[in-house]
Amino acid sequence: MTDFLKHPWPWYVAGPLIGLMVPALLLIGNKHFGISANLRHICAACIPAKIPFFQYNWRKESWNLFFVAGIFVGAVIASNLLRDPDPLVIAPALSEEMDSYHLAQTGTLLPAGLFSWNSLLTLRGLVIMVIGGFLVGFGTRYAGGCTSGHAILGLSTLQWPSLVATIMFMAGGFITANLLLPVILKL
Amino acid sequence: MIQTKNNDQHDFEVRSQDTICINESTQQHPWWYNMKYLAAGILLGIVFVKAEIISWYRIQEMFRLQNVHMYGVIGSAVATGMLSVWLIKRFRIKTIYGEPIVFHPKKFNKGQIYGGLLFGAGWALTGACPGPLFAQIGTGATVVIVVLLSAVAGTWVYGRLREKLPH
Repeated sequence: MTDFLKHPWPWYVAGPLIGLMVPALLLIGNKHFGISANLRHICAACIPAKIPFFQYNWRKESWNLFFVAGIFVGAVIASNLLRDPDPLVIAPALSEEMDSYHLAQTGTLLPAGLFSWNSLLTLRGLVIMVIGGFLVGFGTRYAGGCTSGHAILGLSTLQWPSLVATIMFMAGGFITANLLLPVILKL
Repeated sequence: MIQTKNNDQHDFEVRSQDTICINESTQQHPWWYNMKYLAAGILLGIVFVKAEIISWYRIQEMFRLQNVHMYGVIGSAVATGMLSVWLIKRFRIKTIYGEPIVFHPKKFNKGQIYGGLLFGAGWALTGACPGPLFAQIGTGATVVIVVLLSAVAGTWVYGRLREKLPH
């Protein structure tokens, strides 16, 4: 019975479900969809270091930490109980490109050769995980939100600054994926 | 360290300008009311994994225009969100506790340009935005904890340098 749940879900199922998070959070407690803020709450709770940006009542925003804890639990459930028996299918052109970097395709969501503890000891793994992660945290806070807060909630509420941010996310991604990443993956 | 009620005005200003995650509720609830958000997060985490949104490959395909999947996901999510927000405004729908739902206009600042570009670069490298980072760890990719800690470090450094950065 649950077979159809195990296969990859199409975009026209996933997209509307994600979009429904916007009214769901508003209705159950007047909360605005946004995930990157939890990184700030973690700083405010653990390492505020007298920085004004981290001096606020993070406990009032703790719902956001429960929300991301849920995302983690949901992923554990989906990858165990709803595990897809078939390997991940990727675009042929991307598959060819990965071969040129000697990145084996393991049929998993992440390339195992890139996202592993061993890879952390290689230059390319270090750059991608540590510098990449740093940019995610620095950039989202500088921009005032990420894909959920700007691209989904911001555009849903017709905020033009969110449209600017979304266009910049895509611009930064296009430049990096096509020009920088090929160089980094050859390191 | 933690600001108390008497500083609510400042607190609100900081929150509304710098984070889109605004908690509009003035209701005081016991902590276990937060289980609602845990449940919502669980549903979102399942969708993230099953629709392969947390896959590094899907993000690379998006930035290389090799697959419509991510555009379909984001596009239909925005359309659904837009329709929902319109309905909430049109019929003045209230929360389950009877509070009115309010929206605040976001102010433009140059951070949306510079920060946006930097986040886009991080998104392309790691194949993840902040939500999917937690989901990737949940699927058993434990090394992503390092990516998450780097993201926390990035957020902290932004907070430290904030006054010196162009906004």
